[in-house]
Order: sequence, then C-alpha cells, then structure tokens
Amino acid sequence: MEIFKNFIDKNGLIVGFLVVGVIALLSELFSRKILKGYLPGSAIAILVGLILAYFGGIISGGDKGLADLSTLKGIGTFGGSMFRDFTIVATAMGASFAIMKKAGFLGFVSLIYGILMFFVLGVVLAWIWGYRDAVSLCTIGAGSCTYIVGPVTGAALGASSDVIALSIAIGVLKAILVTILTPLLAKRVGLNNPAAAMAFGGLMGTNSGVSAGLAATDPALVPYGAVTATFYTGLGCLLCPSLFYLVLGWIF
Amino acid sequence: MIIYGVAILAFSYLTGQLCGEYLGEFLGVKANVGGVGFAMIILLLCKEWLQKKGWLDVEFEKGVDFWNKMYIPVIIAMSASQNVKVAVSSGFLAVIVGAIPVIAAFASLPYLIKLTTKH
Repeated sequence: MEIFKNFIDKNGLIVGFLVVGVIALLSELFSRKILKGYLPGSAIAILVGLILAYFGGIISGGDKGLADLSTLKGIGTFGGSMFRDFTIVATAMGASFAIMKKAGFLGFVSLIYGILMFFVLGVVLAWIWGYRDAVSLCTIGAGSCTYIVGPVTGAALGASSDVIALSIAIGVLKAILVTILTPLLAKRVGLNNPAAAMAFGGLMGTNSGVSAGLAATDPALVPYGAVTATFYTGLGCLLCPSLFYLVLGWIF
Repeated sequence: MIIYGVAILAFSYLTGQLCGEYLGEFLGVKANVGGVGFAMIILLLCKEWLQKKGWLDVEFEKGVDFWNKMYIPVIIAMSASQNVKVAVSSGFLAVIVGAIPVIAAFASLPYLIKLTTKH
C-alpha cells in the first residue's frame, strides 16, 4: 500500500489524465446511448466533474473538490489555472483576429455593463437581506462579479471573514450556474456566433464559467468568449474596492 | 517539428500573461489584467507572421492543436476541483445573489447584442 501511495504521489498529473479520460468516455457513452445526444458528452462530463467535486469536498473537508483526495491531487494540477489558460490561448489558433477587432467595441461595452450589473444587483440583494454597511455591501457585490474579485475587495476594505467567505461562495455559485445554464440557454439568447460570444464573455466574466459553458455549447466560440472574459476579473478588482466603494460610501 | 508549435504557444502564453501581471501592477490591482487576451492576440499575430514567411507547416500546427483539443479535458478537471461544497452549503443569500444576476445577464444578452450591432 505504501509503495502504491508513493507511486501515485509521484505520478499525480498522469493519474489526472487517466481519470479525466475515463470521465469523458463514460459521459460520451451516457450522452449517446441514454440521452440520444440531447446533451453533448462534454456538457455531461463537466456536470459529472462538478458533482464529483461536491463529494470530494465532503469526503476530504477541503476546498478543491476531488483534488483534495491525495490520490487525485493531479486533477487539481490538470484543471488548475496554468493548464486552463494555456489551452485557452491554444484555442485562439482557430480564431480570427479580424472578427475580434470588429467586435471589440461590443466586447468592451458588455464588459463594463457586466461588471456594473452584477455589482449593483449583488449590492441591492444584500441590502434587502439586511446588510447596511458599505464594506459588507461592496464585498458581496464584488463576490457576485467573480470569486476572485470578492475576496480581493473584501481584503482591501477590511471586511469580516464571514462576509469574505460568503462573497467567495457567491462567486463559485455564479461560475457553476453559468457552466450549467450556458448550453441550455445558448440558442434562446442568440449565443451562436463569435461576436455574441465576445459579448457573453464580457457580460458574465467568470473565467471558469464562461470557458466551461462555451466548451459545452460550441468549442469554436471559446476563444471569443475568453478574450473578453480575461479582462473582467482584473477590471473588477480595480473598480470594486475603489470607485464603486467610494460611490457606495457616499450613498450609505 | 512539433516542439516549435508548442514553443510558440508557450512564448505567447508567457509574454501575454506577463503583460497582464505588469498591467495589474501598474493599475494597482492584485490580479492579472487581460493576460490570456494578450497571449491570444500575440499567438494570432505570430501565426499571421509565420504564414506570410511561409514557415507555417503541418507539424507546427499539430503542436498547438494538441493543446487546443486538450481544452475540454482541462475544463472537466477544473470542474472536478471546484469548491462546489461551499457553494451548495452556504445558505440562501448566496444562492440568491449568485443566481438572480446570472439570470438577468442571460436575459439582457440579446438586447446588448442588438444595441451594439446597430451602431
């Protein structure tokens, strides 16, 4: 057992390749045989990943889903931000620079609109819930942007740790919802061309949600969504603890 | 050689991410601003330049294409390492603040597209 454990420890990333391959295969079979292609295999695999992450979190008590089980730690490396960003950049190979330039304005508008809308709605809902101090309101509003903007803003403003934890939970929930809802709603909201994907990326902003949601919808749209979403977290971290907080302090 | 493609991808990734880090630092933000976007644009420019020079061959493209196709597996692994537990167990307020803006955003996407494509 000791030898086996050390062996797995040494080869974590490779174990990750194998496990993800098995998840993908089983999901593809499930999609074809049982759902008759109603949902694509990749969408099911992503959903299975989320469900496994839930049980992984329950069993290990950690915060990285399956990756907290020591034998499956490689999944965390494989699905970490380095591989995620590296493969997203590789998807650009199939994208057109001309289209990106043409839809740049739409992407920019949706970026600003997206950050503002999520922040304002987050603040309003927190206010209705009973929060009245500008620091907590701002942290919760920032959390509804992404799960990085929330804690960065909270830490900058000195929010209490339970409000920061709440802002992370809100951001994670947003990423999961965007992941699940995108393939289901894509047709209805006109998300079927590169320009729309750029607007979508800027509007939703959550990198993991946008990239997973578009992957399950149409992989050809991924680079267009990613090129705007990549600015969202940075801009959110810039605006929330500064300008937005000043405005909030002025209102409350 | 396949490694040339991988190396160009690595070059674009590193240069773009570094730009994002410095832009974040410049703006006084504790986050990477647009790193992936810069990297993608650098990769596209590299590709166009290589095409013009006639240096873009099948092997080269295979090196990038492999990582392109690894994208969905990476996303599956990413989903499997999300903190789903905290999202599920953190109470009603988190659910409301997480869900309502997302639904509003989906609803406003068609109008956003219409509005900006008019101009």
